[in-house]
Amino acid sequence: MEARAKIAWHVKKAAKYKTLLLMCLPAIIFFIFMSYVPLPGMWVAFLRFDYNKGLFKSPFVGWKNFEFLFTSGQMWLLLRNTILYNVAFILVGNVVQMALSILLSEVASDRFRKTAQSIMFLPYFISAVLVSLLVYNLINYDYGFISNLVRGSGGEMAKLYSMPKAWPVIIVLVNLWQTTGYGCIVYFAAIMGIDPSIMEAARVDGANGLQRIRRITIPMLKPTFVILLLFAVGGILKGNFGLFYNLVGNNSSLFSTTDIIETYVYRSMLNSFNFSQGSAVGLFQSVVGFGVVMACNSLVKRIEPDYALF
Amino acid sequence: MKKNKIGLDRTDFIIRGVTYAIGSIGALACVIPFLLILASSFSSEDAIRRTGFTIWPADFSTYSYSLILRTPKQLVGAYIVTILLTLIGTAVGLFIVAMTGYALQRADFPFRNAIMFFIYFSSLFSAGLVPFYIVMTQAYHLRDSYLAILIPLLMNPWLIVLMKNFAKSVPHEITESGKIDGAGDFAIFTRLIVPMLTPALATIGLFIAIGYWNEWYYSSLFLTSNVEYRPLQYQLYRVINQIAALRNTVAGSVVTITNIPAETLKMATAVLATGPIILFYPFVQKYFVAGVTVGAVKG
Repeated sequence: MEARAKIAWHVKKAAKYKTLLLMCLPAIIFFIFMSYVPLPGMWVAFLRFDYNKGLFKSPFVGWKNFEFLFTSGQMWLLLRNTILYNVAFILVGNVVQMALSILLSEVASDRFRKTAQSIMFLPYFISAVLVSLLVYNLINYDYGFISNLVRGSGGEMAKLYSMPKAWPVIIVLVNLWQTTGYGCIVYFAAIMGIDPSIMEAARVDGANGLQRIRRITIPMLKPTFVILLLFAVGGILKGNFGLFYNLVGNNSSLFSTTDIIETYVYRSMLNSFNFSQGSAVGLFQSVVGFGVVMACNSLVKRIEPDYALF
Repeated sequence: MKKNKIGLDRTDFIIRGVTYAIGSIGALACVIPFLLILASSFSSEDAIRRTGFTIWPADFSTYSYSLILRTPKQLVGAYIVTILLTLIGTAVGLFIVAMTGYALQRADFPFRNAIMFFIYFSSLFSAGLVPFYIVMTQAYHLRDSYLAILIPLLMNPWLIVLMKNFAKSVPHEITESGKIDGAGDFAIFTRLIVPMLTPALATIGLFIAIGYWNEWYYSSLFLTSNVEYRPLQYQLYRVINQIAALRNTVAGSVVTITNIPAETLKMATAVLATGPIILFYPFVQKYFVAGVTVGAVKG
């Protein structure tokens, strides 16, 4: 009886709000077809998938794909690269963005701040394809701008495109280049939210610029910093496919330091047609990544319930 | 303490000096790479072989452009595909995102949390690329179809959350007054809410549009070589990565494969593919800033 009453209540509500429901319907259909219908396809990870036979006729192999990935060491390499890159992105990125936005907020001229900010935001809107070309223009051994500068000052340019050790630095710098403007805007919004009367009071009390930054701005930014950090950590297993794939592509001599989960999945599917291997990596990423997000979200909830995802 | 006036002391000046220096260096670092591409596209291949990529062309040559424009079919096709995808995708996507975002922030809408969770969950737990690819090609049969690009880029959970946050800024009384006048929820949305949210809609529309303009990923997955006209950035991707694509770009011209100006051709294609974004950017960047400020944390 209880259940039926509940259903009846829902039906009545649905009838009353049918316009709002209908307004949400296209989006719901979109996510069903784009995100939910593919979910059962994760079964591929347990098959020896043959594209022509499809999901139902390919032979079942159990945990074989996973066993191979872990015993061959491939999985560990991908996890190490993906996680370490994200850690570097998060640390370097947030520190630079916070420092830059604090400095810019201290500057008297609004015009300088706004101009610098919008110029630095521009790289965020550039496709990864173009980013790879920009990098090539800078560090290509024969014609690169930086290569020429190095040679011009009597130095010896390294052949970076065959030097795996150089790429963690290059990729972190490129990522920084592309995301600094975005992060600055986020932090700047938080700085603007600081009550100006506190700053004034500090000024009246004779606090100098450095003291105000250390004692007021940075402590006040801490909540924003912690929340951004936690959300970033939630995505620690997710890589920026476009960036890595365009910079490195199929240059296998660099894979030891540049291959991340996304690039491996893409290549194993499209280059070697090994759908099952790719899917196994993807499944691992989804399941473990989901656990990490949930853990981070519950931490956010404890610190700042308003910002929690749900 | 002698200083009773609120003035600037030495540390303030140092901080300002450092900021102006770092800000300028940062801005330069963001501009120089673009200059390199622009300058190289107007250089001759010989000049690049001699002096490398420079921020000012060593000589002035429009050879690479004239080579592309001699057989403009591919480029014009790419522009048309990209513009159509961007226009249609942005219109449809924006309409759906706006409608959904408004409905989901209505405090009186009983299903709003359930629906929001249903939408957001898709970004927390996804099937991954391989199942998505199999479904797109084997269930929806979208290989070689522009729909395989148009549909996935229509919307994402982040944009719906962003719209929801924007819509919250409209006082609930507006909706109430519409109800009193006997307007239905959809009429309230189109006649009362949309006019009040034009800057928000501009922001979201621009985010969707930039996604289409920069698209190369879904093209690389779903458009095989059977498709003649590719979105601009994917065309650029192919020109960068495949000498064969370069050959097609100048097909029918008198140039033989060995003396294709590979470097300058790449740069000219990059300028043609990305130029519109750079030109538009100064006029629309304030909308992007607004979007990031409102929707950032829950990104």
